[in-house]
Amino acid sequence: MTGKIELGRAYRPSDDVVVREIEGEIVIVPLTSGIGDLEDELLTLNETGRAIWARLDGSRPLAAVVAELESEYEDAEGEVRVDVVGFVQELYDRRMIVEKS
Amino acid sequence: MTAKSFVRKVPSGMSGLWRATAPKLARLDIELTERCNCACLHCSVARPAGDAEAKAREWPTERWQTLLGEAAGLGCLVVRLTGGEPLLRSDFEAIYLHARKLGLRVMLFTNATLVTPRLARLLRDVPPLEAVEISIYGMTRESCEAVTRAPGSFAAARRGLGLLAENGVPFVVKGAVLPPTRGQADEFEAWAAGLSGNAGPPAFAVLFDLHSRRDAARSAGIAGLRSGGDEFVRFSRRHGDEAVGEWGEFCGRAGGARGDRLFICLPAAASASVDPYGRLQYCLGLRHPAAVYDLAAGSLREAVTEFLPRLRETRAADPAYLERCARCFLRGLCAQCPAKSWAEHGTLDTPVEYFCGVAHAQAIAAGLLGPGEKAWAVRDGAERAKRRRNGS
Ligand code: SF4
Ligand code: SF4
Repeated sequence: MTGKIELGRAYRPSDDVVVREIEGEIVIVPLTSGIGDLEDELLTLNETGRAIWARLDGSRPLAAVVAELESEYEDAEGEVRVDVVGFVQELYDRRMIVEKS
Repeated sequence: MTAKSFVRKVPSGMSGLWRATAPKLARLDIELTERCNCACLHCSVARPAGDAEAKAREWPTERWQTLLGEAAGLGCLVVRLTGGEPLLRSDFEAIYLHARKLGLRVMLFTNATLVTPRLARLLRDVPPLEAVEISIYGMTRESCEAVTRAPGSFAAARRGLGLLAENGVPFVVKGAVLPPTRGQADEFEAWAAGLSGNAGPPAFAVLFDLHSRRDAARSAGIAGLRSGGDEFVRFSRRHGDEAVGEWGEFCGRAGGARGDRLFICLPAAASASVDPYGRLQYCLGLRHPAAVYDLAAGSLREAVTEFLPRLRETRAADPAYLERCARCFLRGLCAQCPAKSWAEHGTLDTPVEYFCGVAHAQAIAAGLLGPGEKAWAVRDGAERAKRRRNGS
């Protein structure tokens, strides 16, 4: 399940991972086999990662996620979009999110 | 938005994960049953597989599932499912899956004899995220079944290992140095290294605890199997002096005598264990009534946030402990702890001569003590340990 993510599509957390909030940290735990290389590691999100992750709930297209974050974070033109797309692509490649059908 | 790296990977050992507060409960050990289909000579727990009275008292599936939810709510990341033989429970899969769906990593301790193709596939598809730990006693059918006293267990365990390997489920094997298996360690290590699916070198149990429910006959049987301190040192040295060097290092790092505080065991900090009947303990072997909390009459949160912290403050009162262990610079090296004291003497704070002897043998081998010296009586113990650590 690889491929390029698209700004016009909505994404949501995959059923193959469990996302937990523990003492203020978001911890992503694989449920099924083959989720990235996580079997020896735990994955946590930093503040920015959390801001993106919280919006990946399947309710809005990725372009809307980018627009919301652009209004929240003051960055050079286009930088937010590059960051978000890069991160979401990584999550998608790791099968941690899926396209909302 | 400045951070280009939005994720942080940390080793599954969890150290380094918490930037602020660590969770109140990091690991929960669950003894799903005391029953086992083997009857190992050295076992400090097991009851017969068909023990109907024990089975009737065991917590049902839903109680375990509720407890797992509470553990996850307290931030627990790892749950150990052990026994007895946990796979004897017909609801093992339901409990396992529930734990995994809560985002818990699972350490499964088993003798592998009851692994089925279905379970191996489940562990492949929904991996435990920790290597399965498998006790295998003996390299031949004769030696293995002389330990397990369960005909057919040798072949069944090999079949179980094969199923895990075929399905790519990582595991580690653990052996034991017992009269029927003495002298097999090298062969065992070579065999383990060649197993596909084996995730690491085997560990060996050499020093055994007496029966954790203080069954006198069982304890006497275990006492008769124990290796002495010198034998333990010889075993540890079989591949060279690395282990002996580490003992010296360890004593140096541990920083000398610990005074009268009884609960100094680091691995047990922020962890707890629960017996098959819903009684929470500080650790698996510690069944002293003062160290047990009945979850049926309280909650996991209360046990973890109130009962265990109070227990950790317990001070020794036994004069022999205060005279010896409280002043002993080997305290970090020695296995002496409340669980050993409980199994041996029914108390929390009585020095256990067996482990004392082993620690002294280790210290002599590491050059920390001379023959005949008593660790609690030497005045410069901490300096000796420090010198050893600095390599002088
Ligand atoms: S297999 Fe483990 S639990 Fe079962 S009797 Fe042997 S040591 Fe005890
Ligand atoms: S070596 Fe002996 S005195 Fe020292 S801590 Fe162990 S049991 Fe106590």
